[in-house]
Amino acid sequence: MYHKEKSIQIKNSASALYNNLSVLRIAPRRLTYFTVVHANVVNMVSASWDGLNYSHRQLQSKEPNVATSTSLIMQVAFCVLPSRDLLVVTSQKGIQIYESDGSIMVYWHALDTSDAPTAQAVFARGISAVWDNYICVGVSSGAILVFDVPSKGSNITLSEVLEEHKEPITDIASECSGSQECIADLVSADDGGNLCVWKSGKEFQLLNKIPGFDMSCSSVKLWKGIVVAGYGTGQIHLFEAVTGILHAEVNAHARWIYSLDIAPFSGLLLSAAEDSLVRVWHLTVTPETNSVEVAHLHNECVTDTQICGAKFCDGDGYAFAVTGYDLSEIIRYTQL
Amino acid sequence: MSVKTLPLVFINLGGEMLYILDQRLRATSTSEDNSEKVMNDIVGTLFSKTFMDELLKPQQLYSHRTLKTVLTRLAHASIMRLNPASMDRLYELTIMAFKYQVFRCPRPKDLLLISYSHIDTIRELVKDTSVVVNQVDETHRKIIEVYSSLSEGEFQLLRQTLLIFFQDMHVRVSLFLKNQIQNPDGRFALPTSGPVPHGIVVPGLIRVFDSKGREVRRSEFPAGGSYSSPVREGSFELHGDRVISLGMNMYVLGGTVHSMFSLQQTYGTPNPLAKEELNLLACLIGSLKAENMPRAEYGFRINLFTTDQEEEEEADGTSDGAEESMFGVINIQAMQDEQSAAELARITGQFAEEEEQHENPSGNKGDDLLAMMDDL
Repeated sequence: MYHKEKSIQIKNSASALYNNLSVLRIAPRRLTYFTVVHANVVNMVSASWDGLNYSHRQLQSKEPNVATSTSLIMQVAFCVLPSRDLLVVTSQKGIQIYESDGSIMVYWHALDTSDAPTAQAVFARGISAVWDNYICVGVSSGAILVFDVPSKGSNITLSEVLEEHKEPITDIASECSGSQECIADLVSADDGGNLCVWKSGKEFQLLNKIPGFDMSCSSVKLWKGIVVAGYGTGQIHLFEAVTGILHAEVNAHARWIYSLDIAPFSGLLLSAAEDSLVRVWHLTVTPETNSVEVAHLHNECVTDTQICGAKFCDGDGYAFAVTGYDLSEIIRYTQL
Repeated sequence: MSVKTLPLVFINLGGEMLYILDQRLRATSTSEDNSEKVMNDIVGTLFSKTFMDELLKPQQLYSHRTLKTVLTRLAHASIMRLNPASMDRLYELTIMAFKYQVFRCPRPKDLLLISYSHIDTIRELVKDTSVVVNQVDETHRKIIEVYSSLSEGEFQLLRQTLLIFFQDMHVRVSLFLKNQIQNPDGRFALPTSGPVPHGIVVPGLIRVFDSKGREVRRSEFPAGGSYSSPVREGSFELHGDRVISLGMNMYVLGGTVHSMFSLQQTYGTPNPLAKEELNLLACLIGSLKAENMPRAEYGFRINLFTTDQEEEEEADGTSDGAEESMFGVINIQAMQDEQSAAELARITGQFAEEEEQHENPSGNKGDDLLAMMDDL
């Protein structure tokens, strides 16, 4: 179904972090951006669609104007809003927001370490754009910071802090940005496997809480009102977001899942884990019968590699890219 | 990231170091008295209450440079002496062994089982000296107390912190290559077969439910590997069968500590938190009281690694960078303090130099440390 393409070499190897690959497709310029985290550095590659031009950039996580304060980065993600695309970098020190090409930092938010008990690690992790103008970022305390983003400029403000989770946030996902109207448009996951479903707005509304089973949910996606969650047990659960009904359970992997992605136009689902396997599935949602179907389509094995990031490169799932711990390349696959 | 890595780092790296030293002491027919003394001194220091208490304080993982300095100091808590080249190689071996264990750890929580395996073997190595065994037991209990309540997510964060620390290190170790757990390019093997970790289900099943939670359909898919059901869970108690083999002594099974090295690593940029680390280092070293130091008037040299390369170099008269001959006989009392102080002075000098580029140091951090060293 898919065959391997030429890999993209990156300057450093990927770190073993959840969801360690972000992809931004820029159709008008026939380019795709990829970002991969290596310790305290973001490796950014811009690849032209004809495969001839690659340019690299590295971003460090640090406070503006302070020379020595680099810290370990937990996650990097592109946030696509109707008016603009931004790049968000979350680390032990705080949250940085850049223009999508990584050229200018437009916002810095320092994490408040004062009221965290010193025995716990402090960091930000979990990034998603939602609706027209919000970017949500999770924190190790379980809080979710909601930033209000203007259509241009750097006047980004902290609009709200959502405090429902009690454990570190692992991942956040959204659907229905911009035009579509959805009942639920945001889902957040934590280290205990608990999921919260939200409706965005001036004040975010908690629509549902789906309890976990003491196992980390490392990656989560939202599509057609279905929450798709990947766990440390290697399982994938599909829930109806608003009711919490479990539609399907897949014993997908033999090790901890590190990344999930959905191609929204085709319903293809990508899962990747520490067991060195990437799997492609097909989801079908039938609203009339309130049922969900999961079909397995394809496997790829990245020999001897614990995979840490896997993303579709386009909305149809025609191509996907993969990163692995200690691997200095982005492996690509396209449909035959 | 995780602020709880240090105790496990030292137990596991210290354990690997002891496995290698034990094997080399046997191989070089060192007297039993001397061997026992070396083991007791190192284990006694590693598992001393003051040392462990310092490590148990929540803090970030050290840089490679600092870690190696402390491990060197640990090794030299005995009457044995290792020259810098030997210490470098010992460090690389122990790091690669631990990297393998962390990489292949079935569940993040099994990091504890690996640590307990190391403690089990260490206990065996010092079993004839009850004072030291008691220290090991006490520390083991403390570790159980502190780590048993951590969630799987926290263990995974700990594991991820360690994996970042080991990133890009692909030193080839001949024992690993021989057993095919490492590939010729230095990467570790990750089979898609064997038992799945405890608590994980063999992949291959899709189950669909109705709105009342009843299963309405199940289907299978090709998992692309040959997995089998999990084996029983290892024991997290003070004593017990750990079940997983990671963390056990690979060197007693006939493997020799003969390594081929291809250096492809960096220890990263100087750590801006060097000052903090040095303070901790001073505390740790301060905890090695003078009375714990051996009174022996003679030490002994140990041929840690005999490689073809070394033998050639000895024959050629070229040295591996060490200023003296490869394995010189060293008088303990005189050299110990000079060596340690000199080494630390060099390191503090380096840190002080780098600090000056970034901020204004007090300038006498190095002096304080040296003064403390003189007291030992």
